[in-house]
Amino acid sequence: MTGLDYKRYLRRRVVNAFNLTISMMAVAFALFFLAWILWTLISTGIGHLGISAFTKMTPPPGSQGGLLNAIVGSLLMVVTATLIGTPIGILAGTYLAEFGRGGWLAPSTRFINDILLSAPSIVIGLFVYELVVHRMGHFSGWAGAFALALIVLPVVVRTTENMLQLVPNSLREAAAALGAPQWKVVVMVSYRAAHAGILTGILLAVARIAGETAPLLFTALNNQFWSSDLNGPMSSLAVIIFQFAMSPYEDWHHLAWAGALLITLFVLGLNILARSIFRKGNNA
Amino acid sequence: MSQPTPRNSHALLDTLFHNTTRLFAFLVLALLMGIMVTLTVASLPALKSFGFHFFVSDEWNPVTQQFGAVVPIFGTVATSVIAMLIGVPVSFGIALFITELCPAWLKRPLGIAIELLAGIPSIIYGMWGLFVFAPWFADHLEPWINDHMSTLPLVGHFFEGPPMGIGMLTAGFILAIMVIPFIASVMRDVFEVVPPMLKESAYGLGSTTWEVVWNVVLPYTKVGVVGGIMLGLGRALGETMAVTFVIGNAHELSMSLLMPGNTISSALANEFTEAVGDLYTSSLITLGMLLFVITFIVLALAKLLLIKLASREGKQS
Repeated sequence: MTGLDYKRYLRRRVVNAFNLTISMMAVAFALFFLAWILWTLISTGIGHLGISAFTKMTPPPGSQGGLLNAIVGSLLMVVTATLIGTPIGILAGTYLAEFGRGGWLAPSTRFINDILLSAPSIVIGLFVYELVVHRMGHFSGWAGAFALALIVLPVVVRTTENMLQLVPNSLREAAAALGAPQWKVVVMVSYRAAHAGILTGILLAVARIAGETAPLLFTALNNQFWSSDLNGPMSSLAVIIFQFAMSPYEDWHHLAWAGALLITLFVLGLNILARSIFRKGNNA
Repeated sequence: MSQPTPRNSHALLDTLFHNTTRLFAFLVLALLMGIMVTLTVASLPALKSFGFHFFVSDEWNPVTQQFGAVVPIFGTVATSVIAMLIGVPVSFGIALFITELCPAWLKRPLGIAIELLAGIPSIIYGMWGLFVFAPWFADHLEPWINDHMSTLPLVGHFFEGPPMGIGMLTAGFILAIMVIPFIASVMRDVFEVVPPMLKESAYGLGSTTWEVVWNVVLPYTKVGVVGGIMLGLGRALGETMAVTFVIGNAHELSMSLLMPGNTISSALANEFTEAVGDLYTSSLITLGMLLFVITFIVLALAKLLLIKLASREGKQS
């Protein structure tokens, strides 16, 4: 090798090493923030997440209390939203995967669904406000649950379609060859083969809405008191965290941190559970 | 036979099942139309009374009932641009590391960690940003930015201002962290579709890893990479809670990124439930519709680019 060649070679090696180091620093950057956020949550939240957080109502400023009504409100609305959104999502996803060949409906639905998947959730809140709250004349838990259901829907449609498409066609053909009508093929063969994946999608959708705040602000609003009535304004963990964290009161901050830790544990736990179900279902 | 034949009842059930699923697929389409129509109708009062002036006026005064969209539009665009400037290179680095450098045993845990970052609810980012990040930013980073970057030519005045911690730069930075997992995962996926033969040929000619990525992988996947960036941009534009906590909610147009501002979504989150009068509400809804239209265009472009990459993939294999 002549000196010039060697110099050029060395330069390429240095550029390579430099850029790869930067790439590793990018990974470290992301992991650093993940660790920082989780550490903040745990170290600040754990001290305030006592038993009273689960047994007492949200307090007025300056007194002791818990998050019970917010937790119950969140659970009620999340469950209702999942019950509304999931069946619609599964059926729409079924159409895309099983019947969607040819025609304009399937491609355009797929396209629109992917956009709804990342659409700003606050706009969903506005839509439900105009559609439900404005007409009914008052904020309500139903409106909140409906808004959350609209966020569940695209997630379930997408995963259901993807999972059904992973089912080998030979399975469907085998069932059809035995004389099974198409609805039976879908329900008894496709759904069964894809059930782990579909369940994963539902869990991910629940994880997504559990921490959603923006669509609840103008739909379910908030409620300082115990309420299990979906017809009235309803408290939710996420909105309570927003209200308490933005307030100037120290003890409200403490409760907000407790709620934040609770929500994050729930959401990340669901994420990990969904992933492990998916892996198990795929290996079996 | 007096009973209906099984064949007929099955044919009936088949049609029923097929059409039910079709109805619900149509419902997804109808949802989009519903959002568009509802928001348009609700924003008519504001559009009627301000006309095009709404989009070029920076006035926002609930008392005199004068509303203009410039300040929140500027805030939305500025924070998203900051998020992209920070988020895109970092995401690229992460995707590069996972696809080219990462030992096999580390891929899964690293992938999960990045996805956990995407799983953290945005309100948590906001709270962390307000109580932990913003004070730290004000104490450590912003004085440095004041000293070193405000003297730069052209862009210097972006970095002047009091180090408060709250403001557009902080919001953009937190947005960057939030969009990194989305962009990185798309980039990673598209990097993985590059045919190994192409990469191996380049390695065989003596290319370094960086040269393979820069000269082979990136040109091959550029459409998908741009699609991923647009997807991240769509997320950043519409993100609400994280921004609302740290942006400062000031309806003032300020060139300094260190000053508080407002974005479309944070204006909605803060003011909508307190808005009095039809005109105020309607103006806010017009903002929401604008946000929806912008994100729709950005996300549609992202989707089209990714479809383009996928169809090229199909033709070649």
